Amino acid sequence: MSSWLDYTINGLIVGNVYALVAVGLALIFGVSRLINFAQGSIYLVGAYIGWVAVVQLHTPLPLTIIFVAVLAALVGLIIERFGLRPLQNSVRIAPLLATIGISFVLDQLVMLTFSPNPRALPSQLPDVRFQVGGGTIGPLDLLIAGVGITSALLLFVFLRYTRLGWAVRAASQDRDAAMQMGVDVNRVNQTVFGIAAALGGVSGLLVGMYYNQIDTAMSLQATLKGVVAEVVGGAGNVPGAVVGSLLLGLVESYGVAVFGTSYRNLFAFLLLVVVLVLRPNGLFASARQAPPEPLTGTFIAPSRPVRIPRWALAVVTAAFAVLPLLPVSFYMLQTLINAWLLGMLALSLTLVAGTIGQVSLGHAALLAIGAYTSALLSLTLNVPVGLAIISGGLMSAALGTILISPSFRLRGHYVSIATLAIGEIVSLVILNWEGVTRGPIGISGIPPLSLFGYDLISPASVYWFAFAVMVVLALLQARLLGSHLGRSFRAIRDDDIAARAYGLGLNRYKSLAFIFGGFAAGVSGGIAAHLYSYINHETFNTQQSILALTVVILGGLGNVVGAIVGAVALVGLPEVFRIAAEYRILIYGIVLLLLVRFRPQGLLGTI
Amino acid sequence: MSTSAAEPLLELTNVNTFYGQAQVHFDLSITVGRGHIVCLLGGNASGKSTTMKIILGLVKPRSGEVTFDGASLIGLTTPQIVRRGIASVPEARRLFADMSVRENILMGAFVRNDRSAVTQDLDKMLTLFPKLGQRLSQRAGSLSGGEQQMVAMARALMSRPRLIVMDEPTMGLSPLYVDRVLELIRTINQEGVSVFMVEQNASLALEIAHEAYVLQTGRIVLSGPARMLKDDPRVRDAYLGGPEAA
Amino acid sequence: MGQPHAPLLSLRGLTRRFGGLTAVDGIDLDLAKGGLVSIIGPNGAGKTTLFNLVTGLDRPDAGEVRFEGEDITGLSPERLAGRGIARTFQLGRVFGNLSVMDNVLIGAHTRLRAVKPAVPVIGPLLELGLALLRPASVRDEEERLREEVKAILGRFGERLLPRIDQPAYSLSYANRRRVEIARALALKPRLLLLDEPTAGMNPSETAEMQALVAELKAEGLTILLIEHKLEMVMRLSDRVIVMDEGKKIAEGPGEEVRGDPKVIEAYLGHGLSGGAEQESAA
Repeated sequence: MSSWLDYTINGLIVGNVYALVAVGLALIFGVSRLINFAQGSIYLVGAYIGWVAVVQLHTPLPLTIIFVAVLAALVGLIIERFGLRPLQNSVRIAPLLATIGISFVLDQLVMLTFSPNPRALPSQLPDVRFQVGGGTIGPLDLLIAGVGITSALLLFVFLRYTRLGWAVRAASQDRDAAMQMGVDVNRVNQTVFGIAAALGGVSGLLVGMYYNQIDTAMSLQATLKGVVAEVVGGAGNVPGAVVGSLLLGLVESYGVAVFGTSYRNLFAFLLLVVVLVLRPNGLFASARQAPPEPLTGTFIAPSRPVRIPRWALAVVTAAFAVLPLLPVSFYMLQTLINAWLLGMLALSLTLVAGTIGQVSLGHAALLAIGAYTSALLSLTLNVPVGLAIISGGLMSAALGTILISPSFRLRGHYVSIATLAIGEIVSLVILNWEGVTRGPIGISGIPPLSLFGYDLISPASVYWFAFAVMVVLALLQARLLGSHLGRSFRAIRDDDIAARAYGLGLNRYKSLAFIFGGFAAGVSGGIAAHLYSYINHETFNTQQSILALTVVILGGLGNVVGAIVGAVALVGLPEVFRIAAEYRILIYGIVLLLLVRFRPQGLLGTI
Repeated sequence: MSTSAAEPLLELTNVNTFYGQAQVHFDLSITVGRGHIVCLLGGNASGKSTTMKIILGLVKPRSGEVTFDGASLIGLTTPQIVRRGIASVPEARRLFADMSVRENILMGAFVRNDRSAVTQDLDKMLTLFPKLGQRLSQRAGSLSGGEQQMVAMARALMSRPRLIVMDEPTMGLSPLYVDRVLELIRTINQEGVSVFMVEQNASLALEIAHEAYVLQTGRIVLSGPARMLKDDPRVRDAYLGGPEAA
Repeated sequence: MGQPHAPLLSLRGLTRRFGGLTAVDGIDLDLAKGGLVSIIGPNGAGKTTLFNLVTGLDRPDAGEVRFEGEDITGLSPERLAGRGIARTFQLGRVFGNLSVMDNVLIGAHTRLRAVKPAVPVIGPLLELGLALLRPASVRDEEERLREEVKAILGRFGERLLPRIDQPAYSLSYANRRRVEIARALALKPRLLLLDEPTAGMNPSETAEMQALVAELKAEGLTILLIEHKLEMVMRLSDRVIVMDEGKKIAEGPGEEVRGDPKVIEAYLGHGLSGGAEQESAA
């Protein structure tokens, strides 16, 4: 039954679903040069609205589709109006961060409302298959194809023959010129977000029916797949997004046919990385484009960082160092240990995202590499734990930099997509490379932290160990920032074209930043592995990458002290206020949104 | 001084503009009389293009007043300003490159609701710019610079503006097209549309303008009727630097 | 242009097209060591695109760039900086969040030796290690460059020195231009390309800048200059090249070029060449 025709049909159907997401992304990118990371969340919301309609309201299918489209569009309008429009005059990084924050808030709201457990979403269509050549096709396949084709036609008519459609096209080609023709760009944005959300929501509904299952993990996957399809087709290119989606669907389907289901996503992300590296403007872009626009001063906000006197830093460091000697609770030490681990990750991310301006969304992959290296070395080769952790750091620095290097030639939002995809690839490789990583079972029985043969079992000793490592890493990083590399990194962030004209090779310096940052992240992951004693491919996930990014923004991009202050604040405050675990991610998302809106330079300022 | 007696259509009064901490305009005051062609001369980075952006509401001044037909434009959005009757021919044309020439021209009528009259105006544009007739279905991005300038001007006229603002309309054009553009600006003006143009090419602009202002590092250093400024050596001194220039 | 003294920079048939537009169209140019050649022409004539082609920020569709006798066409900007080509940008591209000192130090980047040993493969890692360890040689080098930067900034009188620790985004336009020129000088360039160094400057500031460029020329620096202010161009240039629509329409000593009717037509406008009559004929 698994004929090639079946795989082709499956690929095209799945491609149709991706197209519904990707077309929305392309429309939004066209008009506002923004990759909407919240697109998958709308898809998720659409699936759950569909579930409510089908299971609780028992609406007939056509009504379900309309219901989902309308409510999802409403969500899109709200996102545009309250999440993005206030950021119109902000720096370019702001709307990107805002959509990440919105995505987390929406996903968590869905999770809190419906619980994270998967639910069945019955298809409402008769369960029959028709024989077509060597394969079969069912009514749901036809429905999906029908919705896809109808949407494409409607969109074509809208863009080609309506006033608003013309406004959308004009605005996506030259926003300022469109405004000078009297086009209200806010209305165009609204329209585009409404359409994108309606299509995304319906897509979620259809996928839910197709697999007869929905869960909250759908969101990130949908965003990623949509982005892959859109970038393959050429960012902002609507017909390109459709072709890219079908292509992605086919590549995945054939990949699954040859290698098995667990490889599905790997193919998608590899396709993305290959396209980004070879044809960053998409498969259909003309080969040579006009030289890119300068980014000077527009990527991050200029700010005057808060200067904290050295003696004050020394006093605070000393206070935290003697803390375990005071009568503090085990719980507090535990919390601060987590803060120090997050602090190391944040140090790493603030260097690459803040100092050199590569906003990485896959930073947890560096943790994972460090953790697996250290765990496996100590378990299988009996390497002493201290040495294993350092090896983890070095492995993260080396491997992480090599993996991320395809993104070095990209700028702005593309870096974020590429790093997100690379992070996913690492996680998928860990899952699939059973011979080394033990696959989905994970690694258990990792030896505890030890130093020179002495096991660090007591909370105080673990605390001191983690704190000391973090302080050393912070001091090293501060020293780095004070060297010629600090100014070179910052120059590349501020204006990479002028930097190149003065002899700064982008590959060389981005590599050095990732090597240094990768080491800190790898060490953090290594320590975590020995602390947890069990890790698997999900221990270090995208949520941690986003949490680290929130910490970095909170502290101030590139700000060493800020990264640690941010880590303590984001780990510590929820503990102080006894906020239940499931609400924390929601709060992180909200914190990120508020920061982007009201204090983009963070607490201590960008450096 | 008879020319300056015209009733003011557009007035900028004591405008001060900043980009971040850098001041771009210092108490800038400019008047465009009804039915006049007024040009603003100046070198690169003198603040000319920013003046255009102030009029169109793309940049907000920190202080000062901008009025059109007696009503303030401050606080209005660009589309609102366009609806009041100001059309623009932006610097470097800024056509919608992937849309056809026809669609580009019709985009100029975006603020209008009278469809049949729009179609008539399109025909009128084709008599005014006969060359565009055979290019209507072509991608605008594939046209030469001069042809693009024609499209940009036709596009601006389609909104039936009372004032057209133009940013360096002759930039990068061959002499033949420069002549065409100047002639067209005159024709447009004779049909009752006021024109405010920013130019670097003084002699050219002074040929057709009624009044002119010379801008230097954000300040008006010279102004008056164009035919008086035409022979004034101070004009070129002001931004081409020094009396030796031509 | 004699054989024994090959020009420092020579361009042959340099061409760059953007879509239907030929921004730079078959440009030939020779610049002798120690010379100063100015490129003039109306906005949109292709002058800045030509600079981009020479400095590697853009690649030509046809033609050749030779520097010190070697073909450097299409080399990356960082390699060209390493060979001693420095430029300023028309719109002013300082590093906004960096202090004036750091901006100019970036100019000296290609001259770092102690901290950037020329070792293949592991060179970058050594650089990272040396940046962290900072042995005496690295500290001395940094100190020496800082002193040098102060000396360069001193050439601008009291314009920049008092602002040495301020971030560049807080500077006026004129001062940003000066920072760019200081940054270019810190590279110790063998060839300096200045893209309208006086844009946005008033007459007294322009005069200051003109004096500085004259000084640099007297010191033997080879300079390619884009400038609109003709007074300055006439005073400083050995030769003037006039561009219009991407093509070179005239070349020669300043006086000669200034009298060329084609130049007056393209650059100064028709009013002076009787173009008004042609207008009605067109």
